[in-house]
Amino acid sequence: MKILSIAFNTFRENLRDKLLYNLLIFALLMIGSSIIISKLTLGDFDRLMIDIGLASVNLFGVLIAIFIGIGLVSKEIDKKTIYTIVSKPVARYQFLLGKYLGLLVTLLINTTIMTGGLLVVLWARNVTVEGLLFQAVGMIFVEFMVMTAVAMLFSTFTSTTLSAIFTLAIYVIGHLTPDLKTFGEKMDELGRLVMNGLYYTLPNLERFNLKGHVIHHQAISGTDLVLIACYGLAYTAMLLFLAALIFERRDFR
Amino acid sequence: MGVGGDDVICLNRLSKTFRVGFWGKKVTAVDQVSLAVRRGEVFGFLGPNGAGKTTTLKMLMGLIYPTSGTATIFGYPIGTPQAKARLGFLPESPYFYDYLTGREFLRFYGHLFGLRGAWLERRVDELLEVVGMAHARDLQLRKFSKGMLQRVGIAQALINDPELVVLDEPMSGLDPIGRKEVRDLILRLKESGKTVLFSSHILHDAELLCDRVAMIMKGRLVACGHVSDLLAGGATQEAELLVERLLPEALERMRSFAKKVVLQGEQVMVVLASQQDVDRAIDLVRSVKGKVVSLTPQKASLEDLFIREAKGAREPVEVAA
Ligand SMILES: Nc1ncnc2c1ncn2[C@@H]1O[C@H](COP(=O)(O)OP(=O)(O)OP(=O)(O)O)[C@@H](O)[C@H]1O
Ligand SMILES: [Mg+2]
Repeated sequence: MKILSIAFNTFRENLRDKLLYNLLIFALLMIGSSIIISKLTLGDFDRLMIDIGLASVNLFGVLIAIFIGIGLVSKEIDKKTIYTIVSKPVARYQFLLGKYLGLLVTLLINTTIMTGGLLVVLWARNVTVEGLLFQAVGMIFVEFMVMTAVAMLFSTFTSTTLSAIFTLAIYVIGHLTPDLKTFGEKMDELGRLVMNGLYYTLPNLERFNLKGHVIHHQAISGTDLVLIACYGLAYTAMLLFLAALIFERRDFR
Repeated sequence: MGVGGDDVICLNRLSKTFRVGFWGKKVTAVDQVSLAVRRGEVFGFLGPNGAGKTTTLKMLMGLIYPTSGTATIFGYPIGTPQAKARLGFLPESPYFYDYLTGREFLRFYGHLFGLRGAWLERRVDELLEVVGMAHARDLQLRKFSKGMLQRVGIAQALINDPELVVLDEPMSGLDPIGRKEVRDLILRLKESGKTVLFSSHILHDAELLCDRVAMIMKGRLVACGHVSDLLAGGATQEAELLVERLLPEALERMRSFAKKVVLQGEQVMVVLASQQDVDRAIDLVRSVKGKVVSLTPQKASLEDLFIREAKGAREPVEVAA
């Protein structure tokens, strides 16, 4: 219950963040612009629209996750609002989880709005929508969960600027992890070791990318979906656990 | 588990060293402080700016970790949920979620104690009343003045009807009326059997309120005990006598044994060093049909003690990295 109260308060706090609305408007503009682009394209414009649409949902959602996520905890410490919370019988991990869940609620609503925008655009151009599209959005949301946890982990021990840089770096590299291995193969012994290390420790974010499946109408099995989701959840749990360990030892000064 | 059954808070050689600056220079903010706060008393934690009061209280609240030493609250180690369950805390110059209204704000803190429902609503309204903020219950905190924030801050510390209330400079930012209200509130808490620990550098407040005080300077405990006992150390027998209608020759005789005689228009102020001199002076005034306006014993104040200790306090312990 304490966690939920903190989550709800965090959600209210997020709703006051102008950044949220700016990113949301940009996302909707991007999605909307695919109508114009589709009119200029000959042939397979529906693929293009889905491609642009899902990419926008992913990118802008991740930007929200990162830029609000890095401030979740650090803002409370800077503003000293955390003093009144940690001095109540609230364990620090509960505080952390509450902040995390609060942002997830915000993201859930944003994802719904962005997906709604995408559906409107597709409907306007008479593109048939398959259930696969929703599965893809679901996996994008799992990616948000991972990225929010990454942002939160960094913000428990570094400045907001560094947290933003690191988290963005992980987002970019996370989508390139399969390349890391191939890359390493062409390097010397040490390079291969480093690249392999990164490959196995960084989140493999391409796993959550089902755009190709949607565009090519390739159904994905239920077991695969569950496995991907479990991978995301396990990775998130690990990140949050680490964040809680670090946060537990911190002095709030 | 508790040390001494009636001690609510118990500090045992509690220390905190901060590392500051690029080279991690050590600054000892709190240096081996040991003291106990007993059940039902109002305890003042006094010291000049930078003495280490806030640092000590933050350690007690589990916000920062001691470098060495231990402390317990209700017998539980500081920082544990059990230690925090029955206490209320007002941080120094508090900052709150400014988008909440007075009511939402208190409700939120109630939830953190697992309180809810009609009981919580009643408690919230009652507390807003107690701190004189009932008119601002639906106003966002961003529109509050500093003193209003301080008041809701105190209300949030009381939301769980705590047995122990810890206040870091509760009077700061308040006008004289507000100060008086906080003093009354502290006394009311004491009456209802609560223990109150508050920090302050306003000694007058402490003198009026506290059963016992601790004085800390540059991180070290320099005095701790009943206000009256601490004052007895520097006590004087001096008294100030104010008289009227004193004839000049009587004035001359008064000068012969008084410590100081000051003419103030119609009145004469006489400072006398001992009880004996006081008796003599009064006899003299009466023998010439003069009038005693007032007789005030010169009490030593905490302020004198404070200033004496501040002069003697050592520089903070600083060790280069
Ligand atoms: N976060 C911090 N980092 C480094 N040094 C600190 C920190 N907080 C406090 N100090 C140092 O610790 C000492 C005690 O500070 P503290 O805030 O406890 O004093 P205080 O008694 O509360 O003073 P005031 O009456 O001004 O509130 C000071 O010398 C201060 O510089
Ligand atoms: Mg202070």
